[in-house]
Amino acid sequence: MGTKLLSGYRRKELAWLYLFVAPPVLGFLLFGLVPILFSIYISFHKWDMLSDPQWMGFANYKDLLADEKVFKSLYNTVYLMIGIPIGMVLSLLLAILMNRKIAGISFMRTIYYLPVISPIIAVSLLWQWILNQDYGLLNNFLWEVFGITGPNWLGKPEWVKPSLILIGLWSGIGGNMVLYLAGLQSISSTYYEAAEIDGAGAWHKLTRITIPLLTPIHFFVIVMGIIGAFQSFSQIYVLAVDGGPEYSGATVVYYIFQHAFEYFNMGYASAVAWVLGILIFIVTLIQFKLSNRWVYQD
Amino acid sequence: MRRERWTDLWSLLLLLFGSVFMVAPFLWTISTSLKDRRNVFEIPPQWIPDPFTFGNYAMVWQESPLLNGFMNSLIIVVIVLTVGMLVSAMSAYAFGKFEFPYKGVLFLGLLGTMMIPYSVVMIPQYIGFSRLDWVDTLLPLIIPGLFGNIVVIFFIRQYLQSAMPTELIEAAKIDGSSFPGIFFKIALPIMKPALAAQAALSFMGIWNDFLGPLIYLHTPEKQTIQVLIASMQAMYIGQSDYPMIMAAAIIAMVPVIIVFFFCQRYFIESMAISGIKG
Repeated sequence: MGTKLLSGYRRKELAWLYLFVAPPVLGFLLFGLVPILFSIYISFHKWDMLSDPQWMGFANYKDLLADEKVFKSLYNTVYLMIGIPIGMVLSLLLAILMNRKIAGISFMRTIYYLPVISPIIAVSLLWQWILNQDYGLLNNFLWEVFGITGPNWLGKPEWVKPSLILIGLWSGIGGNMVLYLAGLQSISSTYYEAAEIDGAGAWHKLTRITIPLLTPIHFFVIVMGIIGAFQSFSQIYVLAVDGGPEYSGATVVYYIFQHAFEYFNMGYASAVAWVLGILIFIVTLIQFKLSNRWVYQD
Repeated sequence: MRRERWTDLWSLLLLLFGSVFMVAPFLWTISTSLKDRRNVFEIPPQWIPDPFTFGNYAMVWQESPLLNGFMNSLIIVVIVLTVGMLVSAMSAYAFGKFEFPYKGVLFLGLLGTMMIPYSVVMIPQYIGFSRLDWVDTLLPLIIPGLFGNIVVIFFIRQYLQSAMPTELIEAAKIDGSSFPGIFFKIALPIMKPALAAQAALSFMGIWNDFLGPLIYLHTPEKQTIQVLIASMQAMYIGQSDYPMIMAAAIIAMVPVIIVFFFCQRYFIESMAISGIKG
C-alpha cells in the first residue's frame, strides 16, 4: 500500500516536472529548431516574400563565395576583434587598481561601469558627435593637448574601424573589469604570501600568480568577446550608415540585415546567415578544444 | 604599511585620471543637449552652455512620439520579465532539484540554443511572424520571451543546486505540501537574490535591444524608444542639429541609469557570477 501511494505521488510529480520544463522546451522548438530548419530551406531558394520561393540549389552559396561584400564585411567584423585583447589588458589593469579597500572605490567602479549599461544606440549617437572631424570633442582635445590634427574618424575608410574599436573599448571595459575584479577577489592571499617569502616582486606576482589564476576569466572574456563581435550590428547601423565609406564599417550581420530587410533577398541573406552561424560555431568549438591547454582548473 | 598607502594613492590617482575619459563623453552630451543650435560649433568647445536652454528636450519630445516609445519598451519589458522570469525559475527548479526521464537530453538541447546566433533565426522568425500578421505589433518581441530564457535557467539552476538542500524538499513532501506548493513557498523565496540579479541583466538586454524592434516595428507610434531615437539621427544629422540628437540620446539613457542606480548591487553581482561560473 505504501509503495503504491508513493508511486502515485511520483507519477503526479513527474507530470508537474514535465509541465515545469515544457515552456522552454516548447520555446526552443518554436523559436529555435523550427526556424533553423526553415532557414536551411530558404537558403536554397530565391525568395522576396511576395512571389513563391524558387529553388536555386547551391546558387546562393556559390554567389556568396564570389561576393566581394561578404568578404569585406567578414574582414571588417574580424578586424573589430583587435579590440578584445586591448580591452582585456585595460580592464585587468583597472581591476587590479580597484582591488583595494580605499574610500571612493565603489564610486569609481560605478563610473567605469556606466557605459556598459547605457543603450548602445544612445552611446553611438554620442560618439558620432564626439568624433566629428571639425567640431568634435576628440579632435579638439588632440589639437589643444598634442597639437595633432585629428582625422575624419567616421568619414575616412581607414579610420572607421579604429573608431568603432575605440567606442567598443569605452563602452566595454567596465564590464570585463567587474569580471576581473570578482576573479581577483577569489584568489587566495596565501599564494601572494608564499611568493613574498620567496622574495617575489610585484611583476612576478602579477605574471606568475595573478594572470595564470585568472585564465578561466580570460577564456570567458575571449569567447564572449568573439561571439559578440561576430554579431555586432547596432553601432554599425548608427555610425556607419549604409556600411560607411567604401563599406568600411559594415559587419556580416549588417550585410545580412541589408539583404533581408532592405532588398528582401531572403534566400541569399539566409545563406550568408548560415555561413556566419557555422563560422561562430567552429571558432567557439576550437576555443573550447584549445582551452584545456591553457586555462587553469582547480 | 607606508608603502601600501602610497600604492593606494597612486591607484586612486590613475583611476581618477581614467575616469575623466569615461565621464567626459557623458558630460559633453549633457552640455550639448542644453545648448542653443547656434552655439554648438564654437571652438574651443564650451563646456558650460551659454545661453542655457531646455528647448531641445521640449522639441524632441514634440517631434517624435517618445512617450509612446517609452510605453512600448515598458510593455515589452514588464511582460517578458514577469512571465519569462517565473517560467525560467520553474524549469530551473525542475532541472536543478529533480531527476526525470530525458532530463539530460532536454537540458542539453536547451543549452544548444545558446549557440544559435540571432542572425540565423531572425529571417525565418520574421517570415513566420509576418504570416501571423504580427509585423508592426509588439507581439514578436513579447511572445518568444514568455517561454523563458536558457541563460537565466542555467544560472538559477546552478544557484539552486548549492543554495537549496534537497532535504528541504523531502521534509516539505512529508508535511504534505504539493509540488507547486513547495516551489512557490520554499524554492521561489530561496532563489530570489539570483532571480533579481538575472532580472536586472535581462532588463538591460530587453530595454537596449535594437535589431529585433528595428525589424518588426515600422510605424513610429509602435516603435520602442531605441528605434525612435535611432531614427532621430536620420532626421537631424543632415541639418547637423546635434543639440536635438544629444537631447534624444540623454532621454534614452536616463531610465536605464535610474534603474541601474537603484539595483546597482544586482548588476555587478550578476556580471560577476556569470563570469566565474562560465
